[in-house]
Amino acid sequence: MRRVSRLTVFFAGELGLAALLTAAALHEPGPTSERDRYRVATTAPSVDLRQVTDAVSAVNFDFRGIDTLGEEFILFVSVSGVLVLLREPEAEERGLIIDAADAGRDMKPTSAMRGWMVGTVGPKVLFGLYIVGHGALSPGGGFQGGVILATAPMIIYLADGFKVFRRIVKFRMVEIAEAAGATAFLVLGLLGILAGREYLTNVLPLGEANTASSGGTVVAISWATGIEVCAGFVLVMYAFLQHVLAKREAAE
Amino acid sequence: MIFYASMAVAGWLLLVGLYGIVTSRHLMHLCLCLTVLQSATYVMLTGIGNRRGASAPVYAGGVPTSAPVVDPVVQALMLTDIVVEATVVALLLAITLQVQKKTGSTDPDNVSVMKG
Amino acid sequence: MAWLVPMPVAGPLLVAAVIAAVGGMFPRRLVDALATVTAGAVLVVCVVLAREAGAGHGAPLVYWFGGWRPGSVARAGAFPVGVSFVVDPLGASMASLVSLLMLAAMMFSWAWFKEVKVFFRTIMLIFLAAMCGLCLTGDLFNLFVWFELMTAAGVTLCGYKSQESSPLQGALNFAVPNTIGAFMTLIGIGLVYAYTGSLNMAAAGETLRAHPPGSLALMALLLVSAGFLVKGALAPFHFWLADAHAVAPTPVSVLFSGVMVELGLFAIWRVYWGVFSGIPDAPEHAVRVLLLLVGTLTAVWGGLMCYGQHHFKRLLAFSTVCHMGLMAIGVGLLSPRAAAGTALYVAGHACAKGAIFLISGIFLHRFGTVDEMELRGKGRWAPIAGVLMVIGALGLAGVPPFGTGFGGEMIDEAAKDAGAEWVKIVFIFGGAVTAGAVLRAAGRIYWNLGASMEATAARAPRIEERRETRGHEGATPWTMWLPAAALLLVGMGISVWPGLQEAALHAAARMQETGNYRAVVLAGAGGGEGALARAALPAVHSSAGGIGTAAITVSLAVALAIAGLTGMLRGRVGRVVGAGIDWLRVLQSGQVGDYVAWLVAGMAAYGGVLLMGR
Repeated sequence: MRRVSRLTVFFAGELGLAALLTAAALHEPGPTSERDRYRVATTAPSVDLRQVTDAVSAVNFDFRGIDTLGEEFILFVSVSGVLVLLREPEAEERGLIIDAADAGRDMKPTSAMRGWMVGTVGPKVLFGLYIVGHGALSPGGGFQGGVILATAPMIIYLADGFKVFRRIVKFRMVEIAEAAGATAFLVLGLLGILAGREYLTNVLPLGEANTASSGGTVVAISWATGIEVCAGFVLVMYAFLQHVLAKREAAE
Repeated sequence: MIFYASMAVAGWLLLVGLYGIVTSRHLMHLCLCLTVLQSATYVMLTGIGNRRGASAPVYAGGVPTSAPVVDPVVQALMLTDIVVEATVVALLLAITLQVQKKTGSTDPDNVSVMKG
Repeated sequence: MAWLVPMPVAGPLLVAAVIAAVGGMFPRRLVDALATVTAGAVLVVCVVLAREAGAGHGAPLVYWFGGWRPGSVARAGAFPVGVSFVVDPLGASMASLVSLLMLAAMMFSWAWFKEVKVFFRTIMLIFLAAMCGLCLTGDLFNLFVWFELMTAAGVTLCGYKSQESSPLQGALNFAVPNTIGAFMTLIGIGLVYAYTGSLNMAAAGETLRAHPPGSLALMALLLVSAGFLVKGALAPFHFWLADAHAVAPTPVSVLFSGVMVELGLFAIWRVYWGVFSGIPDAPEHAVRVLLLLVGTLTAVWGGLMCYGQHHFKRLLAFSTVCHMGLMAIGVGLLSPRAAAGTALYVAGHACAKGAIFLISGIFLHRFGTVDEMELRGKGRWAPIAGVLMVIGALGLAGVPPFGTGFGGEMIDEAAKDAGAEWVKIVFIFGGAVTAGAVLRAAGRIYWNLGASMEATAARAPRIEERRETRGHEGATPWTMWLPAAALLLVGMGISVWPGLQEAALHAAARMQETGNYRAVVLAGAGGGEGALARAALPAVHSSAGGIGTAAITVSLAVALAIAGLTGMLRGRVGRVVGAGIDWLRVLQSGQVGDYVAWLVAGMAAYGGVLLMGR
């Protein structure tokens, strides 16, 4: 379609959509008695019934745990997707690629920057572990902490280049870690069935609120998720870096 | 008040994101417009969960359970939302890289091999 | 028995994760076998669940994850705090269909060598889990999560052959419109949550019924349906489908066209009946008008584009668009008889379309191409495939005993009850054009007819194809044609299986008894089960499966095929029709910006029709 036609069709639709959304937003709100029910049901009860002080984590890993399971697998499948989409078996076979580690296209930071970057790696890892482990207590949890953990190898790449990155991040190990995290989440759900209840029921000891071991499966699932998310993002980074940094000779 | 403000911002982000995608000339720009579009949902959900004068739904450090807090459910929804967005963008960026390598161009209008 | 409910989802996910972790260390055949067995196990579980759900007084099986059933949180009273799976006969049957097609696809891909480690099996299993989850869930956000998982897995599978250019285009055009749709769905879910305070379909529906929201219901319904409309390929949201299904690996196309797209329509049906029905000033009339209109438009558009293709997979993709239009009409009639008919139609179509896609895979394996003209005359080396192809075409045309025949008959009856007798004509057109295209291809491939191209296909796109398999010298391996034959048998056997039509009809009727259905789901809100059992159930009319209509359709199909093969379509008529099809081709530009523009315009148009139709 020509650009003009496309824009005409689009703007006609955009106007209609804008009208629709405005009407929907300005509509009277629903009955106040009903609208607050879910909030009431998941805030105080997360402390009373599950000894978890971070209600968001309680909703994520306990009340609506199956949603989080699906979300974790969305990440899992997308990581696999990136690995599948970025592969280039034929070019590899024909030896047309100079490996990313040897291509010499890394950033070369000054030593001051390098020092600064390397200095932050330790605190990052510690902080990430803290966020993952305290998901049941304060804002945080597997996803947030996992992402923070995943930035540590990235900083290592920026500071020292792909060769060092590859020495620290062993691809196969990280793949296994990712799958292990996903498996752990599923198996924790099965504990509920083994206990004669439903899938993903919180059957581990709940401990006391405001302590590090509170929450039962909430903490365990938070760790499993943290490992999976961290591993997943590291794999994605690895794949992208390897693809982008490699030098390709033109095929004849 | 916050509810209406957030709805307005969300609506604007959605409409602008759509405009960006339709007029995009670079695949990375398209991915980023998709991100903008997806941010609309975050803003909307935050607005829905907000309660006047309430604080975060965290009771750590001795906050009594009777204290007013906002809705944690929408925050959990947002978390899922963000993960979904990150993953879609990752896939699209991978596609972008391969398209660039294959055709040398990143114009979405030039990707089309199959027409009609 | 209740523990079986999460298994169609948790099972494949667990096997996928384990394979991803350690699968590389074991021989490939072992991993293949494990994955195939898992698909088979899911099939068995879903069939068992369907029977359980249909037995007794017809109350659905309700499963609350994490044990959070209504009443488990004292502060919340009877409010459902957890996520539920609501297993009713139709949902579980849909899940069974999904796993059946997955089993066929897995078996077909045993011959597929160009695999990357174990990724293919893992992603297919996750795809299976997502689709089953979508069929079984009773929670709006959970529906969104499985939908997104399905989309992510679908994009990956679509772009699997990432070394070629067209799969990249297919994956891009798949990802962008579907993601935009999904996020509009999320906005809609947010609106429903803001109004009703609940994400559970039954609870939200009850609140909407008790506190009618007026026009907000229509807008929320439209937004929530946005993602499903795109996935379900209804016009003008359908452009992506042809690009995606044509380039995906064959076993994946089977799933895409057979069940993934249909699940979009299923989700709309589910959301409508679960959340938006039973409202006092109900949007029923508006929804009916919209779906009938859109279904007809989609069927005509898809049918015309289908006939004008030469790339066999793209032809089949457009045929799916056409059939989706027909199924949308079935859903849009909003009656139990139409719903049951659509269920049968979906099953029959899935089996027929799946089988024909597998046959296109056989062609690709043996001859290295799926272009109709390039395949001309080569058929004699693949005779079994030919027989199956013709039977499949008859299935597309709606010939009994295929599910499309009996299902189409039930839909026609329901349409007559609703005063929309013209529906029959649309079904005949859709069946004739799509079957005609396949028969035309069969004529070229097997009887060496049609040496010159007809006018309608002059501008058909030519897509480069590469073989997906190795070892194509000998006869077609049995792992390739056996699943196709098995699918056709199931497609025919479904409607004549004793008691199945009646069960479908009763299941649909019970689901549409919204008040009582919701009461059962929310358990404890008062004696829904007995009321469901006593509901007035429509009777099955004994029928010949629409054999009269089928005869007309098949004759037309054969006529269209012959017209394409002989010189008839090169003259005036051909050029006029060709010009019409070419005009539609301009719209199918392959550019994602165009597709998104049509998506936005479509949303506005749908909104307009809905508001006018109140």
